[in-house]
Amino acid sequence: MAAGQPILDVRELACIRGDREIFAGLSFTVPAGGALLLTGANGAGKSSLLRVIAGLLPAAGGEVLLEGAPASTDPAGHALRLRYISSQDALKPALTVAENLAFYAALWGGQVTPALEALGLGALASLPGRVLSTGQRRRLALARLGLAPVRLWLLDEPSLGLDVASVARLGDLMARHRAGGGAILAATHLPLPLPDARELKL
Amino acid sequence: MNASVFGGLLAVLGREWKLALRHPSDTLAAVLFFVLVAALFPFGVGPAPETFSRLAPGALLAAALLAALLPLDRLFGAEAEDGSLDQLLLSGLPRGVLAAAKALGHWLTTGVPLIAATPIAAAMLNLPVEAWGVAMAALALATALLSLLGTLGAALTLGARRGGVLLPLLVLPLAIPAVIFGAAAIEAASAGLSAAPFLLLLGAGVSIAAPLAPLAAGAALQND
Repeated sequence: MAAGQPILDVRELACIRGDREIFAGLSFTVPAGGALLLTGANGAGKSSLLRVIAGLLPAAGGEVLLEGAPASTDPAGHALRLRYISSQDALKPALTVAENLAFYAALWGGQVTPALEALGLGALASLPGRVLSTGQRRRLALARLGLAPVRLWLLDEPSLGLDVASVARLGDLMARHRAGGGAILAATHLPLPLPDARELKL
Repeated sequence: MNASVFGGLLAVLGREWKLALRHPSDTLAAVLFFVLVAALFPFGVGPAPETFSRLAPGALLAAALLAALLPLDRLFGAEAEDGSLDQLLLSGLPRGVLAAAKALGHWLTTGVPLIAATPIAAAMLNLPVEAWGVAMAALALATALLSLLGTLGAALTLGARRGGVLLPLLVLPLAIPAVIFGAAAIEAASAGLSAAPFLLLLGAGVSIAAPLAPLAAGAALQND
């Protein structure tokens, strides 16, 4: 990667859902170690933007470059260079906490136990997912961030339902990711522990 | 296929297996449906054992394929509902491989139990014992074909309103060859003839669908 090249480079991105234009001509970059907060009213297109960048929604125009590589040329490779935490926790109630995360560890690499402990879930590892509280489920979803490192995190309301201690843990996790040269794009209504984050209002 | 793709396929398959073991109700429902439909036939046809044996091959095939359809609308629907589908689509696995893993998972958790229950249904339909082995082989191939076609149907109808109704309408017409050749194989076996040509034709159908259906399902898979 060339020095000074941004991790995420979004150029003239447009998104249309149904007949409605959600956003168009959107351009921004997020450098290594940088963080960008997406804010805006409900329905402003924050989640759609994250999904387009992840490659889950088709872009109506423009392009997304991750570490200089266009997302559209190699979707599977693009997916492996980012982590997307959606507003849904993607957790199977029948599997234990450790099994839920172990599935993603098998796909992406990384260690389950340290990832669980980073979010204070170590003691819950053998509990089935169905007994978790809302905040614990959210933490289990966030624990996926602690698996094998990638350069870009896309976070959709990451702190929703979290208690103060868990927000602090998420803050530590995000700080470590940025210190290691990672970038974060987060959509949120709540204040997030992301010092020096720029803000993009949709 | 490189090692990481194969590992990913095994991970998805292992998860399907674990989920089916923890929540056996979907599998049980399909098996019970199959056995109950087979048990209903004697009531409708009346006490004429020789009529049953005429009916048995077609009844077995139709009952098994309908039973195997039951869990299909949850195949991707359940993943889409809880957000897992997004993570699976971002797993780095080619979407065709993902669909193949789901199809294989459906066959292992629905098709195989149906094959195991075939002797019970066959006994109720008065199928000669000599034909039970062929009946199980025919059902194994027919349910495999249905798992493949059904995965394609499930991917196509994902997110459609009334997808649960659309899915059988889409899949069952495509499964007609499986009924024809499957029933013919069982009939041949109960008449003491060789079932091999019909089983080979069924096998040919499965081997055509095995690469094509997951590819098409993968292309259709989208969550928006």
